[in-house]
Amino acid sequence: MDAIRVQGLTKRYGETLAVDAVDFAVAPGITTGLLGGNGAGKTTTIAMLLGLLLPTAGRIEILGHDMARDRFAALARMNFSSPYVALPQRLSVAENLRVYGHLYGVPCLEARIAELAAELDLTDLLRRPAGALSAGQKTRVALAKALINRPEVLLLDEPTASLDPDTGDWVRAWLERYRAASGCTILLASHNMAEVERLCGQVLMLKRGRIVDRGSPAQLLARYGREDLEQVFLDIARNRRAAAAA
Amino acid sequence: MSASPAGAAMPAAPVAGHLAGAARRIWGLIYRHFALYRRSWPRVLDLAYWPILNMCIWGFTARFLSARAGSGGLTLAASLLLGGMLLWEVALRSQMGFAASFMEEMWSRNLGHIFVSPLRPSEMVVGLIVVSFLRMLVGVAPAMALAWGLYAFNVFTLGPIIVLFFANLMIMGWWVALGVVSLILRHGAGAEGLVWSVLFGFTPFSAVFYPVSVLPAAMRPIALALPSAHVFEGMRAVLNQGVIRWDQLAWAFGLNLLWLGAGVLLFARQFRQARLRGALLAIGE
Repeated sequence: MDAIRVQGLTKRYGETLAVDAVDFAVAPGITTGLLGGNGAGKTTTIAMLLGLLLPTAGRIEILGHDMARDRFAALARMNFSSPYVALPQRLSVAENLRVYGHLYGVPCLEARIAELAAELDLTDLLRRPAGALSAGQKTRVALAKALINRPEVLLLDEPTASLDPDTGDWVRAWLERYRAASGCTILLASHNMAEVERLCGQVLMLKRGRIVDRGSPAQLLARYGREDLEQVFLDIARNRRAAAAA
Repeated sequence: MSASPAGAAMPAAPVAGHLAGAARRIWGLIYRHFALYRRSWPRVLDLAYWPILNMCIWGFTARFLSARAGSGGLTLAASLLLGGMLLWEVALRSQMGFAASFMEEMWSRNLGHIFVSPLRPSEMVVGLIVVSFLRMLVGVAPAMALAWGLYAFNVFTLGPIIVLFFANLMIMGWWVALGVVSLILRHGAGAEGLVWSVLFGFTPFSAVFYPVSVLPAAMRPIALALPSAHVFEGMRAVLNQGVIRWDQLAWAFGLNLLWLGAGVLLFARQFRQARLRGALLAIGE
């Protein structure tokens, strides 16, 4: 069974077609990258996967749960992180994790918080208000929140945006280790092509709400005759055709 | 979680598990506000500030009027004034407590995380009701103590019936807050000002300080459609004649049920509309 299965997913705002009949499936334990320029439909697709946004048409199944009818059962087994959605700034890191631990019904919550704090190097920060942390520390806290319920599906929206190269590399290495150890399925929206190339087993290229290409990073590089995904991205954005198709 | 077959009763263990899960999620939301207030004394002070200030102003006014009437203590009219003020604070603080707690999530840009958690919208409403009740207690209790200490006015001399008055005014505060939150879901932060002002617009029709009969005939149906007007008529009956007007209380509960149902439907509709429009992530803008 696929961890994520999307069929004919469409979102229309009046005359604007934000997502146009998108189909894709993500196998369990795979990291999939959702790539596309601004306005390509990445955030809209993720918002529909999370149940924040109702599709105009189409069907989403996550871990076998139909998101239209049974979304809370799926939400309990997944989680989400985005630099554009904050955690309460005045609450300490531990309090924030406790809030989400209760919302997700995490058993042995204090032990889970201690475990995550040790893994993400947050132990010394647990008593600090979330608002007093650096961008890198906030990203680690956001990851801890996203992992509090040991999600089987993790949606990450630009997880390393605004991080310095060192911290960004730390987060990417950590995500690689975590996926390998937990078997978690990750869907990652990013503008960082090197990140996608490093982390993702599958890439979906979105443009104007449609999936215009897909495959493993190696397959895409071969198809477009390029050396890195950034060049592939530019080829697609600028309507240059794949080498294989030319 | 699989759905039960239509018409089949859910076994006891899954029901208990479901309720325990719901209680844990509701506690999560309550804990979030508890943690916020625990480390922010200005927020706690703000809860009690206006009720205490109002009590001082109305208390000294009541004492002045009583002195003018040649009374050593508070006259009946002065007691009606203070009783009205204190009871109306219950409705005001309940409404503001609910709506402002929702706004806290919006101000902290946290709604996205809340709405993608397994917390159901109905559980969020219950959590906000509990938080609003606690905020109301912290806000109104000092004003009541002040009324007793400074003006020898004890609102509990109304008797046990006061619990029913409180309950009705709290429920009214909650359905008004549900309406305000629905408007925020529809119009975003543009509707934020209503959190602080909307219930003041109900004051003239609620007959807080005067009987409904004082209102012009055209305004009376509006007043009688509000539970608060029946609560205050009931309060005056207790203070004036020592009589409990069960008919007024029945009207208040009935109207509250009706308006609360309307508030829940409006909230459910606006929540769905917000999911259709994609407003849940951009609601603070």
